[in-house]
Amino acid sequence: MNVPLIVFFALAVIAVLGAISLILQKHPIHSALSLIVVMVALAGLYLLMGAEFVAAVQIIVYGGAIMVLFVFVIMLLNAGTEERTNFSSLAKFAGLPLAVALMGCLAAAVYSSNEQVQTVAQSGAPAPTKALSAQLFQEFVYPFELTSFLILVAIVGAMVLAQRDRKESHL
Amino acid sequence: MIPTNYYLILSAILFGLGVVAFIFRRNIITIFMSIELMLNAVNLAFVAFSQVWNHLSGQVFVLFVIVVAAAEAAVGLGIIILIQRNRQSLNVERVDQLKL
Repeated sequence: MNVPLIVFFALAVIAVLGAISLILQKHPIHSALSLIVVMVALAGLYLLMGAEFVAAVQIIVYGGAIMVLFVFVIMLLNAGTEERTNFSSLAKFAGLPLAVALMGCLAAAVYSSNEQVQTVAQSGAPAPTKALSAQLFQEFVYPFELTSFLILVAIVGAMVLAQRDRKESHL
Repeated sequence: MIPTNYYLILSAILFGLGVVAFIFRRNIITIFMSIELMLNAVNLAFVAFSQVWNHLSGQVFVLFVIVVAAAEAAVGLGIIILIQRNRQSLNVERVDQLKL
C-alpha cells in the first residue's frame, strides 16, 4: 500500500460516513454539518488528484458560501427535528431497492468500462491553475459569461421570492 | 497511483446515498442538501475523468456545476422560506396541494 492509496481510502471512508450521517441524522443542522464533512473530504480528494484550484473553490464556495446559506436558513426558519408523517408506502418499499439498484448499475458500468479508464492512472502531474484559467477564459469564455448572468438572475429571483409581499397588505 | 475506477465507484456510492436521502427524508431542507450531495458526487466523477484523459475541460465544468449549485441554493432556499411562511411546515408531505 502506497501513501496516496491510504490517503484516498481515509478520505473516501470519511466522505461515505458523512453521507450516511447526512441520511441518519434527525436534525437538519446535523445533516448540514455532515454535508460539510463530505465536502471537505471531497476537496482532499481533488487535492490528491492534483486539482488544486477546484479543491480551493470546493472549500470556499461549497463548504463556505453555500453551506453558510443552508445553516443560515435552518436557523432563520428554526427548523427542528423532522416530524414523522405517514410514510409514503411506495418510497418505503421501492425506494431503498431502487436506490441500491441505481448505485449498483453505476458501479457496474464503471467497473466494466473500457480499458482506457481502468488502466490509465493519474499522470501525477498537477493540473496547473494557469492552464485551467486559460481554458476557462479562452475556450469557455461565453459559458463563463452566461454563468455570471445566471448568478444575477438567481440573486434577483431569491430577493423577489424572499421579500414580504406588499400587495397583500391592502387587499 | 490510485486507479481511476476507485474515484468513480466512490462517486457512484455518494450519488446513491444522495438518492437514498432524497427519497427517505421528509424535511425539505435535508432533501435540498441531498441534491447538493449528488452534485458533489458528479463533480468527483468530472475531476476523475479530467485526470484520465489529461484534459482540463472537466475541471472547468466542475466550476460551472459549482456556480449553478450556488444559484440553485439561493433560489431554492428562497422557495423554502416561502413554503415555511405559507404552510408553517417544512415537511414535504404537507406540501402536496397547489392551493393553500
